[in-house]
Amino acid sequence: MKPIFLDFEQPIAELEQKIEQLRFVQDDSAVDISEEISRLEAKSQALQKDLYAKLSPWQVALVARHPQRPYTLDYVQHMFTDFEELHGDRSFADDHAIVGGLARFNGQSCMVIGHQKGRDTKEKIFRNFGMPRPEGYRKALRLMKLAEKFGVPVFTFVDTPGAYPGIDAEERGQSEAIGHNLYVMAELKVPIISTVIGEGGSGGALAIAVCDQLLMMQYSTYSVISPEGCASILWKSAEKAVEAAEVMGITAARLKTLGLIDKIVNEPAGGAHRDHRATANSLKRALSEALRQLSDFTPSQLVDRRLERVMAYGKFKEIALED
Amino acid sequence: MSWLNKLLPPKIKRSEAPRKSVPEGLWSKCPSCEAVLYMTDLEQNASVCPKCNHHNRINARTRLDMLLDPEGRFEIGSEVMPVDPLKFKDSRRYSDRLNQATEDTGEGDALVVLQGSINTVPVVVACFEFEFLGGSMGSVVGERFVRGVHAALEQRLPFICITATGGARMQEGLFSLMQMAKTTAALTRLSKKKLPFISVLTDPTMGGVSASFAFMGDVVIAEPGALIGFAGPRVIEQTVREKLPQGFQRAEFLLEKGAVDMIVDRREMPGRIAALLTLLQRQPALVAAS
Repeated sequence: MKPIFLDFEQPIAELEQKIEQLRFVQDDSAVDISEEISRLEAKSQALQKDLYAKLSPWQVALVARHPQRPYTLDYVQHMFTDFEELHGDRSFADDHAIVGGLARFNGQSCMVIGHQKGRDTKEKIFRNFGMPRPEGYRKALRLMKLAEKFGVPVFTFVDTPGAYPGIDAEERGQSEAIGHNLYVMAELKVPIISTVIGEGGSGGALAIAVCDQLLMMQYSTYSVISPEGCASILWKSAEKAVEAAEVMGITAARLKTLGLIDKIVNEPAGGAHRDHRATANSLKRALSEALRQLSDFTPSQLVDRRLERVMAYGKFKEIALED
Repeated sequence: MSWLNKLLPPKIKRSEAPRKSVPEGLWSKCPSCEAVLYMTDLEQNASVCPKCNHHNRINARTRLDMLLDPEGRFEIGSEVMPVDPLKFKDSRRYSDRLNQATEDTGEGDALVVLQGSINTVPVVVACFEFEFLGGSMGSVVGERFVRGVHAALEQRLPFICITATGGARMQEGLFSLMQMAKTTAALTRLSKKKLPFISVLTDPTMGGVSASFAFMGDVVIAEPGALIGFAGPRVIEQTVREKLPQGFQRAEFLLEKGAVDMIVDRREMPGRIAALLTLLQRQPALVAAS
């Protein structure tokens, strides 16, 4: 895959282009310029490291949406074996924006559920840009119940701009579908481990992310509304998205500080899209550890712990009441 | 009026009694049928237009007053008050917006929870205040909701929630999103104890509230004409780039699509809720109050 560079990565793009040219020249050149090439390569890597060390929240949001970022099915391919995809909600359709199925994780049976985006235009449309309709959430729900029935843990992977805001989605009860998932996940009797791998867009993300352990990839985001949406409501201009991203607290680092997530999984230099396999390997280690921590609990202990965990969300103060 | 009065020129009439000044807000124009209504009449009619039945938005306390019996009420969770966990600032500081909202509404946040009774049936009722930052759900709304559910659990009472909200509160970021999980999860406990949860959706019920506990009611009731949905009409219009059908996302549309159990006129709400609660709890029918 030829790398795609984001706007703020332009300095790297220029260096890489130069390196490419030199390599081309080298092929039919008598002078040895390999030293120059490796010098430039080192420079490019240092630049990348530098750039990624101080990404702004908005830049993180752009990396999280990078068109070459690994999607759910990429992780499935690298982390799981024997994947058997299961389709459909049994009452209306099969939603391609959510994929799911049985698989093995380190040899052990499990259920995998995740949002799925597409890479080229055709596939993007097929996956509806990773925006599920009610039947997607209902498929996810069906698979979770199936996992519960057979006592296998559930891994979910979050990567959506949000639930689809369309006429048909509203007609078939988008709200009810999401709410029902939150309800059932709160009392599901098997471990649920969720990872935000790209965009964690609002209720459409949470609908498969009520869990016992919440992980975030280093350059993923999780938010109540997209920075653009927030900007257009509060600033009355979508162009203020950069500022909105800043104040909303959407990055893994910020959310970890706020105590809203359990673990950040590091990505390779330059982001997950630079090396799918390495990214999947570090996520797999984190997931193995998370599953190990949860494996000793009985089903009712799991549900009690999850409820306690969910009840602890929120920041408020308590005042003394005058009578 | 006699024929003589009719003949008298207006000037003379005016001189008889000094013209009373008309106070501001004495009359109200119905936003639906444009009928000009006497404010007191409108209020006495539960803010429902007597001409076209349009249900105007009303504030939380007024609604609770209409719903609950006057005696034996007390408030739950009012000790829970908002903070600004993200130090959020757009064109204004979140903390300033909070203060302004409290000044405007007299409420500490967008949810009021009362224990009391409806036509003698004991209940806990949570009601959204739309005038407080659009009835948006942040940490305080979530916590008050949960405390209401706990009170219901402890005393084995049914729980009712009346929604009027734009959704999750942006200024508390992901904390607000997590309230969706928190409120909905609390209901699983209610369900285990076989205590009824009745969800009443009023104008508007959107976004994160609509997509969490609002549709998890054992019975879901909507008020006539209420706008109810996940995404706002403007967002949908921009996404699909077509005109939305007439009545889209209105209560009647939802009833037609099978999303709600019934549409109940606000003036009949106490009686209908009380009847449903006695049916669900296998209690004898209420004797109509004389």
